[in-house]
Amino acid sequence: MEVQFRLNGKQVKAEVAGDSVLLDVLRKLGCVSVKCGCETTNCGLCTVWIDGRPRLSCSVLAASIDGQEVTTLEGVQEEAAEFGRFLAEEGAEQCGFCSPGFIMSVFAMVRELDNPTIEEIKEYLAGNLCRCTGYMGQLRAIQKYMKAKRIQFQEADKEVQV
Amino acid sequence: MLTIQNYVKVKTVEEAYELNQARNSRIMGGMMWLRLGNANVKTMIDLSGLGLEQIEETDHVFRIGAMCTLRQLEKNEELNAYFGGALAESVRHIVGVQFRNQATIGGSIYGRYGFSDVLTCLLAMDTFVELYDGGTVRLREFVEKKKNKDIVLSVIIRKQARKVRYLSVRQTKTDFPVLTCAVVTGDVHGKECWYFSIGARPMRAALVEKEWAIPENVSKDQLTAYAKEVADSFEYSSNMRGSAEYRKHLAQVLVGRAMESIITEGR
Amino acid sequence: MKYVNQGVPKIDYEALVTGKGVYVNDLAPSDCLVVKVLRSSHAHALIEEINLTRAKAVPGIEAIFTYKDCPDKRFTLAGQTYPEPSPYDRLILDKRVRFVGDPVAIVAGETEEAVEKALKLIRIKYEVLEPILDFRKAKDHSILVHPEENWKSLIPVGADNQRNLCAHEVCGEGDVDTVLASCDYVVDEVYHTKANQQAMMETFRAYSYKDTYGRLNIVSSTQVPFHVRRIMATALNIPKSKVRVIKPRIGGGFGAKQTAVMEMYPAFVTWMTGKPAKMIFTREESMIASSPRHEMELHVRVGANKDGVIKALDVYTLSNTGAFGEHGPTTVGLSGHKSIPLYGKTEAFRFAYDVVYTNTMSAGAYRGYGATQGSFAVESAITELAEKMGMDPVKLREINMIREGQIMPAYYNEPNSSCALDRCMARAKEMIGWDEKYPSVDCGNGKVRGVGVAMSMQGSGISALDTASVSIKVNDDGFYTLMIGATDMGTGCDTILSQMAAECLSCSMDQIIVHGVDTDVSPYDCGSYASSTTYVTGMAVMKTCETLREKLCAQGAKYLGCDVEDVEFDGEKVTNLKTGVSISRAEIGNNAMCNNEDALSASEAFSSPVSPPPFMVGMAEVEVDKETGEIELLDYVAVVDCGTPINPNLARVQTEGGIAQGIGMALYEDVVYNKRGKNYSNSFMQYKIPSRLDVGNIRVEFESSYEPSGPFGAKSIGEIVINTPSPAIANAISNAVGVRVRELPITAEKVFWGMQEKNKR
Repeated sequence: MEVQFRLNGKQVKAEVAGDSVLLDVLRKLGCVSVKCGCETTNCGLCTVWIDGRPRLSCSVLAASIDGQEVTTLEGVQEEAAEFGRFLAEEGAEQCGFCSPGFIMSVFAMVRELDNPTIEEIKEYLAGNLCRCTGYMGQLRAIQKYMKAKRIQFQEADKEVQV
Repeated sequence: MLTIQNYVKVKTVEEAYELNQARNSRIMGGMMWLRLGNANVKTMIDLSGLGLEQIEETDHVFRIGAMCTLRQLEKNEELNAYFGGALAESVRHIVGVQFRNQATIGGSIYGRYGFSDVLTCLLAMDTFVELYDGGTVRLREFVEKKKNKDIVLSVIIRKQARKVRYLSVRQTKTDFPVLTCAVVTGDVHGKECWYFSIGARPMRAALVEKEWAIPENVSKDQLTAYAKEVADSFEYSSNMRGSAEYRKHLAQVLVGRAMESIITEGR
Repeated sequence: MKYVNQGVPKIDYEALVTGKGVYVNDLAPSDCLVVKVLRSSHAHALIEEINLTRAKAVPGIEAIFTYKDCPDKRFTLAGQTYPEPSPYDRLILDKRVRFVGDPVAIVAGETEEAVEKALKLIRIKYEVLEPILDFRKAKDHSILVHPEENWKSLIPVGADNQRNLCAHEVCGEGDVDTVLASCDYVVDEVYHTKANQQAMMETFRAYSYKDTYGRLNIVSSTQVPFHVRRIMATALNIPKSKVRVIKPRIGGGFGAKQTAVMEMYPAFVTWMTGKPAKMIFTREESMIASSPRHEMELHVRVGANKDGVIKALDVYTLSNTGAFGEHGPTTVGLSGHKSIPLYGKTEAFRFAYDVVYTNTMSAGAYRGYGATQGSFAVESAITELAEKMGMDPVKLREINMIREGQIMPAYYNEPNSSCALDRCMARAKEMIGWDEKYPSVDCGNGKVRGVGVAMSMQGSGISALDTASVSIKVNDDGFYTLMIGATDMGTGCDTILSQMAAECLSCSMDQIIVHGVDTDVSPYDCGSYASSTTYVTGMAVMKTCETLREKLCAQGAKYLGCDVEDVEFDGEKVTNLKTGVSISRAEIGNNAMCNNEDALSASEAFSSPVSPPPFMVGMAEVEVDKETGEIELLDYVAVVDCGTPINPNLARVQTEGGIAQGIGMALYEDVVYNKRGKNYSNSFMQYKIPSRLDVGNIRVEFESSYEPSGPFGAKSIGEIVINTPSPAIANAISNAVGVRVRELPITAEKVFWGMQEKNKR
């Protein structure tokens, strides 16, 4: 069957089988950032946004996303490069294989939570496994990134007030 | 491996029910567990267009639509304010946010999974399941029934002035539980009633009820005796995550802690 | 220094954080045949009959191969230097299957659906045999895992397939039994470590195709491209000149990819059909048919006198190599050679081992490589000794730890040329607040906190064996191409080797490009394992840079028309010191491309006669629930001496990552089999690796010594960091609740039963 949906801001269509999962369809559509790490919904590597919410694309039937809006890392490249710099400043991207899913979750968190505590950050991102870093460097990068963003907003705020 | 021939996003519940009567039809929940199994499905029925993803609060009940995600349950302020955060506690350990954004309450309840946290919690509460064909039945009756071709429309929790506690033990923070425990107490027809639900034994959660009037100044030993009586009334077995004996011990500890917490806070 | 000892970001980071298609599965051509294998459901059986008729009839199926189609010449998949210590005990497919999951048939087809369907239609009749699953019973058992006559061991490692023995050795110095008999205190205990999965996020995968010249090209997620070339040629029984191996970015290795776990399946398909072929291991396959850590049982005897001097250490290790011997004879050695030498005052030591075959999945290389298992046993035993003596386990270690300048008899008599272990201990104590917290603090709420300590050492490459070569060439405008055969697996070796080259060539890092490994063009390197890359390949970079500087001087002098003795190269230009006239590197590079007979490139190789150990101290603080036995890891402190950290950021992340893996090993990671040899730990649902909620707080600092034989004083970092968590956590739990768990993982239930036992006494 044919599905039509918005992918990273563009209308796309794809021919899918009843049991095609979104992960495979996205990769075929060129979104190779989306990775499969476990097949059992445990690792978070395949995290994409569907209508703005982070979901596991390995467990979403492609047929079911007709008419919905899907965002992958390919759709937030500028933001990814910006946050990625913070990650790299810590050496915390390491092998990089879990980075796309992780970064999608970080951005979802930044949009969903206001000023999260360390515990809230850890809990929000618990579904994103990483075997290289031990998570500490990722946490440092997130904290520095959020601080930089806050300062950016404050500066922008000041300018508006002036 | 799961194979699916046709996917149908139904327009009405009637249509879903009709389609689901075929032997190899399935209702799609969050697709978390269904996808991992071996099945040749002819028609996969998606209920997501039926408005079943709402949590409604009335004067007497919370009605949770079957397609509500576990994350919605976790984030719903009214529900968690009313039940002291117990429902949020019962789901927040499950894998991760992106998993809970997908797993549905309908799927969790219909599946009657042995490891289910949320089933354990709801079972101890005054909970009903609204079925398309079978009417509204108590959750405790529903879980005892074999899976059939009916459709779960919503889960209804009656608003009662009851205290709820949910506790679990896990090897890692986001793993399946080694044991789950929910304790609920409140006044039923003028008598103090206690409801104890223990899951992941590793069998499906089950419920025991006790009419116990427990004084506020209950001693630690008495409390332990109550907890032991509760723990003794369930069966346990062993798997990779724990032995039957250890599970029984955990049940006693968790029941004791939940009771103590409720009594200390005041009923 | 401008680049060395600086935390520069990895040179490949932008592609990784923006999700570019740089991994095997992103690069594979879309017309690859899909390759999968049918796996045995028996732990031990002989194939009697195979019926492929219905499977071959599935539309889209290209080929199905069984043992009848494969060469009958045995080899090993271990990525080690030839001649490998691991026995030649494998075929691509064999008539005998040796574990649940052992491949029986290779199926190649146009689509995944067709291949899956064909797999279901293959009919195999087995003669089911009794398996040997218990590694304690395997030696000299009547059931043989490898009775075949063409099994062979290339090196005398004490292997004997007629006894299920993959290796055996005894070594030592002095009379251990006599010295132990004279000790005031002796601990005599047995410790058991389990198989663990490396669980890198990218599973095993490779694709292959034939090139213009009919050669077999393999693009693989591997740590050992040159070894893969040799292994594939041997397995397929074709000339090595017919094979080319390319390594793109890889999604983690941790030793798993030091074994050529699956390249042979697509390679064989391509060789036989001439068509491109791709195989992506599922996570399940990566959990049931891969290369996990060797399960080991270690019997430790250690004795000390009242004055606190440890006089003797005796270690016997029994190691389970599973169905095949990959890394079996070598991992076991580290369980003694990397644990005993930490104690520098012993009068005698003995280290003996047996490595046995069983009908479980073959073990392999996993970060730490046997040292991790030895560390759990010996560091637990040392603390038990301190407990027996009523001495602070830190103090016992302070009295006995190996010091700089000492000779290490249990470490092949190597001198301890650089060692800050004493400083590591002092700093770790401060960081965790040992003196305030040892042994425990009761929180008063049913929970009690305890602290635990462990020391560790590893090596830096394999002495007198590991070989790395490096080439650097000068291009137009003078930019450099750094060619290495060492494999970056996410750890950042492309970056740190560039840092060293930039430092040596006095240029900025953007003047250096690094070429990933391609066996057709990269200089030989044994690969990235055994903690060798920084130390061994790093030295090769330094040597190469030195030679290249000389060549640049010579070329510059030629263009300046002066003697080479009169010039100096400052990284940007060659200057005639007599006249002050100079020529830039860019000009030299451009000039050298016209009418020139001196190649502007250099290539050097390095191998080290020694393997200088990095050292570290790990300390854990845990909180134990006295009723349930639940363990919460609160804090983990690590102080590491890796010599000069070339890139402190990457070294820190290596340390944090290794510790997190060690925490998983300590507390819950376990490969569990049922009574018939079926592996239950077959997914991330059943084999739990730590999430970010499970690792507590990990704090890392460096106390650097300076290793004179290493590049810029550096030693290794990659492996040592996984060793301390299991003993440090076990020791912390013992301090908290008085329960000693000698079998990993240390689950809440084991602690609970330990407490019950203790209460009875």
